[in-house]
Amino acid sequence: MTEFSLIQWLAEPGLNHFLIVSAILFSLGLMAVLSKRNVIMVLMGVELILNSANINFIAFSRFTELQLDGHMIGLFVIIIAAAEAAVALAIVLNIFNRFNTVNLDDISSLKG
Amino acid sequence: MELTTILFYLFSIVTLGAAAIMVFSKNIVHSAFALMFSLMGVAALYVLLYADFLAATQLLVYVGGILILILFGLMLTTQGNTISFKSITVNLLPASVLSGAAAILLIYAFTATEWNLIETVDPSETIHDLGMLLMGEYILPFIIVGVLLLIAIIGAILMSTRITSTSID
Repeated sequence: MTEFSLIQWLAEPGLNHFLIVSAILFSLGLMAVLSKRNVIMVLMGVELILNSANINFIAFSRFTELQLDGHMIGLFVIIIAAAEAAVALAIVLNIFNRFNTVNLDDISSLKG
Repeated sequence: MELTTILFYLFSIVTLGAAAIMVFSKNIVHSAFALMFSLMGVAALYVLLYADFLAATQLLVYVGGILILILFGLMLTTQGNTISFKSITVNLLPASVLSGAAAILLIYAFTATEWNLIETVDPSETIHDLGMLLMGEYILPFIIVGVLLLIAIIGAILMSTRITSTSID
């Protein structure tokens, strides 16, 4: 009986399915941020985390009474991610020019 | 099984599998390429959630913009031989324990909560309503985010041009 209900739960994608996908995506992004030592890899992990938050917003706007406000928040998240990527890449290029490396552990001095 | 169910599982596997390849690949260029498939899978999930405008925006901004920016940064910040785009991995055990714990905690919190669900409606398109919202209720955030983008572009240009002026003298 419980097995049957599990199969039924798997066969109908609802809110929880999308939330679980976003949770796994978030943990993969966290893994990239914590374990990688290249600045660009850390930036890619941040993009994954932002995407997982966006999946949550859109799923809630479909299945709960958040409605189109969730779409608006997702739109603003995408815009801010674009601005963040542009500024972060400019900072990374400056760091590479000064330290001649993009390894986070080697970039430890504040005075330059 | 319904078609939407099969598509949901297909795009979920594409998204999560590409993200896993991105995290665990040794070559950074392979990581950037896997990130593209992950972002495309997220856009397909938006389509399954009836967010057509956001899916198009995701494809244009992320796949067409941010990913190209990341690839440019990658090409400009590798020293020496470009064949060896190695990414150094440290703290593998603590990082995997922490992210696994985060995933388990999030999934438990999501499944244990009784969400206040409503009857789902299937809109044919959301662009008209989004445009009305953007020009009405959300006009102030819209203007602020435009100014933010302008400031970000000016800041990025300023920082990038200072590189050449300092490296010359």
